[in-house]
Order: sequence, then C-alpha cells, then structure tokens
Amino acid sequence: MRYTKAALISLLTFGIVYGLNRSWGAIPAFGPLLSPFVGFWQNAESVDATDEEITLTGTTAPVTVIIDDLAIPHVFAQNDRDAYFAQGYLTARDRLWQMEFQTHAAAGRVSEIVGDRALELDRYNRRLGMGFGAERSLKAMLADPRSRESVEAYTAGVNAYIKQLKPAQYPLEYKLLGYAPELWKPIKCAYFLKYMSGVLALGADDLNMSNVLKQVGPTVAADLFPDYPFREDPIIPTGTKWDFKPVPRPPTPVNSFSSTDAISMKWPEHDPTIGSNNWAVGAQRSATGYPILANDPHLSLSLPSIWYQMQLVTPTMNVYGATMPGSPGVIIGFNKQVAWGVTNVGADVLDFYKIRFKDNNRREYWHDNQWKPVTRRIETVKVKGQPAVVDTVLYTHHGPVMYMAGQKPFAKNVPVGYAARWIAHEESNDFLTYYLLDRAKNHADYRKALSYYGAPAQNFVFADVAKDIAISPNGRFPLKWKDQGKFLLDGTDPTHDWQGWIPAEHNPHVINPARGFVSSANQSSTDPTYPYYINWQFAPSERGTRINERLAAMQAATPDSLRLLQNDNLNIRARNALPVFLPYLQTQKLTEEQVKALSIVKTWRYNHDVAEIAPTIFTEWMRQYMDAVWKDDFPSDDSSPLRYPSFDRTLQLAEKEPAARWFDNTKTPGRETIREALTQSFQSAVDSLSRQHGKLSEAWQWGNHKATRISHLARLDALSALNVQIGGGNGIVNATSERNGPSWRMVVALGPKPKAYGVYPGGQSGNPGSPNYLNMLETWRTGQLNELLYLQSAQEKNPRIRRKVIIK
Amino acid sequence: MIQLILIVVVSLVAQLILPWWSIALVAFGVCFWRSHSAGRAFLYGFAGVALVWLGYALLIQLRTDGLFIGRMSELLFKSNTSALPALVTALLGGLVGGLSGLTGYFVKQATVNQPPVRNA
Repeated sequence: MRYTKAALISLLTFGIVYGLNRSWGAIPAFGPLLSPFVGFWQNAESVDATDEEITLTGTTAPVTVIIDDLAIPHVFAQNDRDAYFAQGYLTARDRLWQMEFQTHAAAGRVSEIVGDRALELDRYNRRLGMGFGAERSLKAMLADPRSRESVEAYTAGVNAYIKQLKPAQYPLEYKLLGYAPELWKPIKCAYFLKYMSGVLALGADDLNMSNVLKQVGPTVAADLFPDYPFREDPIIPTGTKWDFKPVPRPPTPVNSFSSTDAISMKWPEHDPTIGSNNWAVGAQRSATGYPILANDPHLSLSLPSIWYQMQLVTPTMNVYGATMPGSPGVIIGFNKQVAWGVTNVGADVLDFYKIRFKDNNRREYWHDNQWKPVTRRIETVKVKGQPAVVDTVLYTHHGPVMYMAGQKPFAKNVPVGYAARWIAHEESNDFLTYYLLDRAKNHADYRKALSYYGAPAQNFVFADVAKDIAISPNGRFPLKWKDQGKFLLDGTDPTHDWQGWIPAEHNPHVINPARGFVSSANQSSTDPTYPYYINWQFAPSERGTRINERLAAMQAATPDSLRLLQNDNLNIRARNALPVFLPYLQTQKLTEEQVKALSIVKTWRYNHDVAEIAPTIFTEWMRQYMDAVWKDDFPSDDSSPLRYPSFDRTLQLAEKEPAARWFDNTKTPGRETIREALTQSFQSAVDSLSRQHGKLSEAWQWGNHKATRISHLARLDALSALNVQIGGGNGIVNATSERNGPSWRMVVALGPKPKAYGVYPGGQSGNPGSPNYLNMLETWRTGQLNELLYLQSAQEKNPRIRRKVIIK
Repeated sequence: MIQLILIVVVSLVAQLILPWWSIALVAFGVCFWRSHSAGRAFLYGFAGVALVWLGYALLIQLRTDGLFIGRMSELLFKSNTSALPALVTALLGGLVGGLSGLTGYFVKQATVNQPPVRNA
C-alpha cells in the first residue's frame, strides 16, 4: 500500500511537471513561461539609464554607441565593418524574434515553429521560389566586396548577440511558442529582401483579367480596363522630355495571350491600401532656401515595428534613417549632403505562363518548337511534432510551376499548371543600392546607386544640399510588348518570354522640374509618351493628385508644412464623385434614417477626421455601389474569379456615359439606370451600417468604424494596438486604413546642418515588456514627429542622450 | 519550519542556475529528508515555492510598468487584471512544490522502514 501510494503520487507529480514543461499545440509550456526566473517575467524591462561596456569578439576596434531618449542607437565606428557588426548586434538585441520570424516565413519554415497549420503557407512560399530567388540574390551580394563585407559583418554581429543569450533572456515570443533562436546566416538577409518583394511586388491580376477577357471579349475588356486612367497626375510630370534614345521594343505577337478555359484559381490582387507617399520641394519653394524631403511608406502595420531607427557613423559615412531588421545599412534616410525616400512602383514583374508538359511524368515541356527538360527542386518542410513533408517543385526556364492540377493550392488563388516568372527570382544586389545611397554626396551618386537596384521596384525621391531634387521610378523592368502580362501568357511561345530589360539609364526619371517639386504616391509612373511598358494599371491617382495640388500651392515651405501634408485627410475621391452622384439620388425613396445620413454626406467637407460620420457612410456606399454596378456583369466564383473595373473607370462612366448598359442589373427583369444603382446602394449601405452600429449616432464615427489596428506579427491581440483612433484612410494622403498605413514618417530639411524629423507607430524595442515597445504610437497617432538626433561625433553633448554602450 | 526556510532558500539558489523544474527536486529532497505528515509536506512545498515565485514576480512587477503584466494577463488568461499573473504564477509554482513535497514524504514512507510519525 505504501509503495502503491508513493508510486502513484510520484507519477502524478512527474506527469504534471512534464506536462507543464512542454507546449500542447497552441498552448505554451506554462511551467517555464510563468517561472519568474526564466519566464515572461524576465521580459519585463524598466527604463535603463546606465552605461554599459560589452566585450564581444568580432570588432577590430572599439565601437561607441550613444543611445538617445527614444532608445535609438547612434553608432560610431572606426571602420565600415565594425559599424555593420554593431548594427547586427544592436538590431538583434531589440528585434531578434522579428528578424528570425520574417525570414523563416519567407523561407517557408513557419511549420517548424507552429506545426502543420502553417504547412500550406510554407509550401506556397517555397513553390513561389523564395528559396530559389534568395540563393541567387545571395550569390550576387557576395560577389561584390562592399555588400559582402556589410552582410558578413552584420551576420557576425547578430550571432555575437545570439551566442551570449541565455534562455531566460530569449525574446517573449520564443517562450510563448517554445523554441530557441538559431544562428543568423547571410542568406537570411536575402530572404528578408524576398519577404519585402513578396509584400510589394507580388500582386497580379493576370488570372482574373484572363477570365474577364474570356467573358466579355477584347473590345469591352480594353474599354473597361484601360491602360491609362481617366484622371491621372503621373509621377514624372506630363510633358517631361525623355533624354534617351529608346531601344526597340519587342513587337506584340499575333496571339498576345494564352487562350484558355476559365482559370479556377485566384491570385492575391495588388492591395490598393499598401502604397506610400514621398516628395521633395525645391529650394525656390522652401523657407530655408534648401530642399525639404518627405516620405511615408505605407505597409501592413505590425508589431514589433517594421522599421528600426539608427545612425551609422564611420570614416566613409554619417547616415541616419530607418533600417529594416534583417538588412544591413539604412533604407530610408539622409546624410550630410543628401536625403532619399521610397514608394512602391507596382510594376508588372510577375507573369504566369501556361505550361504544356510532354506527358504525366512531367520531365519535359514544350517551348520554341522543342521539348525542354524540367528541373526539379526538392523542398523539405520540417513540421513541429510531425514528420517532414517533402515537396518536389518543377522549374521551367520561366520559373517554378506553382501548383499542378489536383494539388491543393494555399490561397484559393493559385494557378494550376502555370509557371511564375517573377522579378525576385533574378540575381540582383539590391543592398548595394542602399550601401551607395548611405554614402551618396550628390545627384550623380544617387543615379549610380539606383542602377544596381532590382526589386521590389521603388520610386526613389531625392534631394541634396546642392539644391537638386529628383525622382525616379526605378528597378529592373523587363522589356515587354505593350500589355504583355496583362493576361496569362503562353509558355510554349518564345515571343511571350521576357526579352531583356529596359536599360537602367532609361528608367523614368526627372531632375529639378519647372514646377519646383517632385512627388509620388504609387500612381502611374509616366504619361503614355514613355516609350516602354511598365504596367497597365497603378494605384489610383487620388493621393498623388492631392499631394501635387497642395505642393503646387506651397510657398516658403517648412518641415512643418510637409508634416501637415503627410497628415492631410481630404478625400479626393469623394470630392470628385459626390457632385456627380448626389443629383442622381432618388431622395423620395429614402427612409427617415437614410435622409438623415444623406444630409450628413451633403454637408461634409470631404475630410476623413476621426469624429466625422460622413466618411463611414461614403466608404460603405461606394463599396456597395461598385457591387451594384458590376456584380451582375463580373460575378466572381471559385471556378472563375473575375474583377471589377477600377473606381476611376466607374466614375468616368457616370460622368461621360450615364446611360451605359452596365448600370442595369441583368439579374432583374426590369431595366435599372444609374439612379437606381446609386439609390439602392445608398439605402443598403445605410441599412448595413445601422445593423453594425445601431441607429445613426456617434458610434458611426470614422475613427470608431475604421478601428485601425496594429497587429503583432504572431497575431496576438494582447500584444497588438487595437482600435487606434486616427483619421485618414484608403486613397487619402494620410493613408491609415484598417490594417495598413504610414509605417514610418520622415521629413528632412537639407542645409548646412540637416534637420530631420520622424516617427513610426511602435517603438525601437520589439519586446512587448519594454517601455520602448509602443512609446512612439501616440506621437504617430496625433500626427506629430520627433526630431531626429543627428550627432556629429561620439563626444557631442545633447540633453536627449541617455546612455553609452561600448562594444570592444 | 526549518523545511519551509530550506525550500525557500535552496529553491531560490537552484533556480538561478538550474531549469525551473529544479523547484520540484528541492521540495522533494527537503520533504524526503524530514517531514511529519503528508499535509505538512504539501504545505511546506507549496508555501516555499509559492513565496519565492510570488516574491520575485511582485518585485519585477513593481520595478517595471504594469502595462506589460496586464497584456500578459490578457494573453494568457483572457482578462486584463494586473494581479492575476502573479497570483497564477504563485499558485502554479506552489502546486508543483506542494506535490513534490508530498511525493518526497510518501517516497520516504515507502522506502524507509519505519512507521510514520503521527503528529496531532
């Protein structure tokens, strides 16, 4: 009896300790997690003001790091190598989990951490050729001694941090998910680049456009999906002369698209709320007599913050700006002479080719009248708690065949039997561009730096202390015939291949235009006179139009005028559309509540401020209106996903062809006109808002309705910022929508001593237990900027300096 | 009482270098060495570890801003209550310590050839 009792209680105790020591599916290991000695308690940080001396092997000379009141490190190193080493070390110290998680995601390794619920995501990223592309990029970045040194030193710095890390100090997320960091490798820097290309250069409408084409034919498709918008204000000002002699463009083949059955897969369309703004005003428009530059890249807002501020000072540079964890150097920033920023171009650099295999063995495919060999790449996905999954991906010269008939695609949108030709598969050394920009002294240096850039293509805005301002939609653009890749392409026909590249010096660019400013907001790169084809569609023109109209009116601009413009909440779409739409409304058909809603819209000044109710109504109305006009004509279903024409085209229809047949709902026996389309969609918008928020009241206010959220990367609400009360929205200069928005705002006034300002929604630390995790959120939310401390030497005195770290 | 003090001191030191489950070994060892009853063994194990965990947790909580502890409360227990994490931490550590102490007592009873000392 004594023995039985002892055995039972031993077993119970052992069982409980064992059970608490491991995770169960999504439930973390509560024992180590709650232990105050090793668990989450250890991640609770207080403000640290003590100087530190850290001894690490890896630097060739001592590095001094000044930490300011926002926990931003200012690195003073005696050579470049040591500076990148320090960057790697400091970034890892603040952002290790984020760096590793993002590169794991790009590499298709999330299943290793969370188990088989990420398996399809991992397979998707691998089949997309993320690994294939990263390996090629790595080759290019290691081939150049400058990028090689920076990537290798950065890697050594990250690893110096990881190697001295004890489990109690692991970032919180490792403890929650129950795994340990692994050593960094140079290829992870390449994976990070692919991750960004995945965010910015992966949108494609080829599939649903092919279905549209099949449904309505080429004439209607060209009419409803034109290659240039009705309203546009392109990045390179209309009328700019092209200062080069174009190389011949390939002729459009007779069969310019792959004739095909409806494709039952979809591909993520380009997300219109991911975009960015940048501009520079010239000396003649500025109060300082020097150019002022502004940039706010809009991305899916997440925590830990996407960006990490840093200053890097060595004998070859003194650069300050936003870095990205996982990538050496500064991505958006300034030095003594120049400032630069980026927005996404949205070039068509992803195309799909229909592949014809010889037989079911799929060893050969037909191209250029011969059978060519398929290469196979084995992808082994490790899965937590389960055996690894082995996947064979077929590669043609176009690229990987994403999914074969019969295989289960990840998003319901992936093409079966289509090879993806994607710019991120190309060998390119994009780091070198940033390496050179960090050290650029003038416009010539900037142009030189841009010539190395591949993807994701960006509109690089530039200003310097010599009073030059410039902008260039820049990246590696395939030399295409017009509209090549608007629809699915034929993988057997060599005239459908990408045939070389637009020469880098022919990329659109403009310096010191007569209007005295340059700007971009993801709209069309150029007007139709540009001799090459970049894409048939770009982001809607509204943000760009608003920026340009305000800049054109700006005199004696200061950094604060540009800050105010970054926070502009005017909705140009509403300003264009409401005067056209309101007269068509059949007001006699409206209920009392709908009349009330209408009067709010009628007195609206088109501003998307937090407390306005009209933006809520207008946004929902337009969503329903688009459905009312197009849903009957372009009904998407799983077997044949389609897409609607743009809002720009739809508004043009109302202005120019209000009697068009598209306004009729073909699903009803009667014949509807634009009046019914507008009235019914207005009624149903108000009704649906009433269901959502109750009777028309403060609950309908835009800030509440939009409920902007900044989500933790692991989708943990408790570590996210929810329901952030901020104005703006999709298509507005202050482009803060539900999930996306300005991930970094920067204004730089050049001059004898540059003065710069910036903020992002979050903080320097990626640790939710740090006072610096979300400390900049309120500054960002209220549209303010922090002055960026641009130090000239490690000895400089400044009241904002908090502590000093020496890395020996 | 000596058992309680021993568990507090030894488990505290042990956890500075050993994994969290060293608390189980310590409570087991002390109660194996000397304990008068099953109830006392559990109590000493429970209180010894709970005190250390609660004390350290509160120390950390007071030294840092409570925002994070509230977030963890929300994340782990779906309720943003700043006292909850320290409480659950103490209970969990206590439970492991108590059960280990109890195990120590019963194993002692089973392996050492003597009738249990009965205390009133």
